Amino acid sequence: MLEIRWHGRGGQGAVTSVELLALSAIEEGKYAQGFPSFGPERRGAPVTAFNRVNDKQIKIRSGIYHPDVVVVLDESLVALVDVAEGLKPTGILLVNTTKSLADLKKNIRFEGKIATCDATGIAWKELGVPITNTTMLGALLKVSGIVKLASLNAPLKERFGRIAPKNQAAAKRAYEEVKIN
Amino acid sequence: MGKRVGMEVAIAAAEAAALCKFDVASVYPITPQSHVAEHLADIVNDGRVDASFITVESEHSALSSAMGASATGARVVTATSSQGLLYMGEVMPITSSMRLPIVMLIANRAISGPINIWNDHSDIMPMRDTGWISFFAENGQEVVDMTIQAFRVGEDRRVMLPVNVNMDGFQLPHMVEPIFFPDQEEVDRFLPEYVPYATLHPDRPVSMGTLGMPEIYAEAQKAKDVAVVNSIKVVKEVWKEWEKLFGRKYEPIQSYRTRDADVALVTMGSMGETAEIAVDALRKQGVKAGLLKIKLWRPFPFAELKKAVKGIRVLAVTDRACSFGGPGGPVCSEIRSALYEESVRPAIVNYLIGLGGRDVQAEDFMEMVRRAAKGKLSEPYEFYGVRG
Repeated sequence: MLEIRWHGRGGQGAVTSVELLALSAIEEGKYAQGFPSFGPERRGAPVTAFNRVNDKQIKIRSGIYHPDVVVVLDESLVALVDVAEGLKPTGILLVNTTKSLADLKKNIRFEGKIATCDATGIAWKELGVPITNTTMLGALLKVSGIVKLASLNAPLKERFGRIAPKNQAAAKRAYEEVKIN
Repeated sequence: MGKRVGMEVAIAAAEAAALCKFDVASVYPITPQSHVAEHLADIVNDGRVDASFITVESEHSALSSAMGASATGARVVTATSSQGLLYMGEVMPITSSMRLPIVMLIANRAISGPINIWNDHSDIMPMRDTGWISFFAENGQEVVDMTIQAFRVGEDRRVMLPVNVNMDGFQLPHMVEPIFFPDQEEVDRFLPEYVPYATLHPDRPVSMGTLGMPEIYAEAQKAKDVAVVNSIKVVKEVWKEWEKLFGRKYEPIQSYRTRDADVALVTMGSMGETAEIAVDALRKQGVKAGLLKIKLWRPFPFAELKKAVKGIRVLAVTDRACSFGGPGGPVCSEIRSALYEESVRPAIVNYLIGLGGRDVQAEDFMEMVRRAAKGKLSEPYEFYGVRG
């Protein structure tokens, strides 16, 4: 079973991301959970959201404390929140940033694998807005291999309708451009 | 036959009500039930069912309007949580006395003091004695299945009672997960059109909800009790039929690895699956652990409980609400009293867990079993893992 924690700010679409990932996995016949951190959320404030994906039925319904993957939608959070908290040493930290690895590591206490993606740049170009959740989904699919990129298409279409192709393009580009260090 | 979809459970609950072709939804939104309310409104607005959505200014009005609608013969759904449920509390015993088979979807949430929006069972427990049938769902699938079953059970002429379907707030309604949905035709076959016993109609005047003088009030209470007690037969019959049609088994008390169990946990609601993981892990360590999951809270399944505990030495009963100054949690006190007259009965310990959204992990359940093995805790009931 793969457990994922998403960090974002209220309004950046972390909750939408976990929903889209869960739907994509279920579409493939897998089992998945997607859930927000339970409780109030404010626009702009740090938020978390969670996924579990498995080939077998998922029974566990308690919180996720030791994720396999952490996704950070907003690089400003790295200095504010311990984004690597509980992350398994064998896990992956995926950050939306243009910073160098050395720069990033100043604020991150994690010795494992770190992947970076300029999702904000991609989102500006492909979507015309700096909303990076669907872009980072593409990057996540590359680094985790948990779901096929094509499996995102139907949930994106269902969710975004007319503007789904733009989101698909952004996800695809991030899938291709994400750097695993 | 049916389809497997990923869906947020709150949305799925509303979709299940839509499959039942409700005539009226009368709902006031409250966290963490809001998505149920919003999606019911969407379904009506989009014309997907031929129904009315009554917008109200409070939960008291939501249930009162629901009753009015139900009394005209409509199939009615409502939904609430926490303080909203307490606010409905004044109306709830009237609903059951008037024998109106309304279905209420409850996203269980702690009641205030201090204010808290997270999950426990302190909202439904004070409503225990209102004469409603109470189902407890363990996952999204059970929320959908039980919603459909609730209409069938409540509307059965031998029952004619309101039914609430309890889903642990946030843990269930806010979760996106895979769910099998039956086809509309399958639901239509399972759930015939509602045929009310009596309706409010200007051409055929009847009185409902009248004054009950001392000469009749007690008889009315007894009649309601008989109706609730006897409804278990119909619940079990409907669950058997459901299993035959859809392959998913429902029992008032569901046993998990209890055949040779020494210590068995008792849970109600969404923690059952996490507890199963704990039981599996304990079994691997050679501990003979088991689990009883209560799916039917009212009417309480006394006979089924007595059968289910046979051979078990210790029951570790978990409660998600406190009866302050009372015997512990409401589930435990029910179980103790149910087993009192048995010549051979298990020792019982009581843990109050998961209050106001406190997370309970599989390791916690393992610890509860290990400590319960002694058959006694240092206190009559224990607030598990709580400071102070």
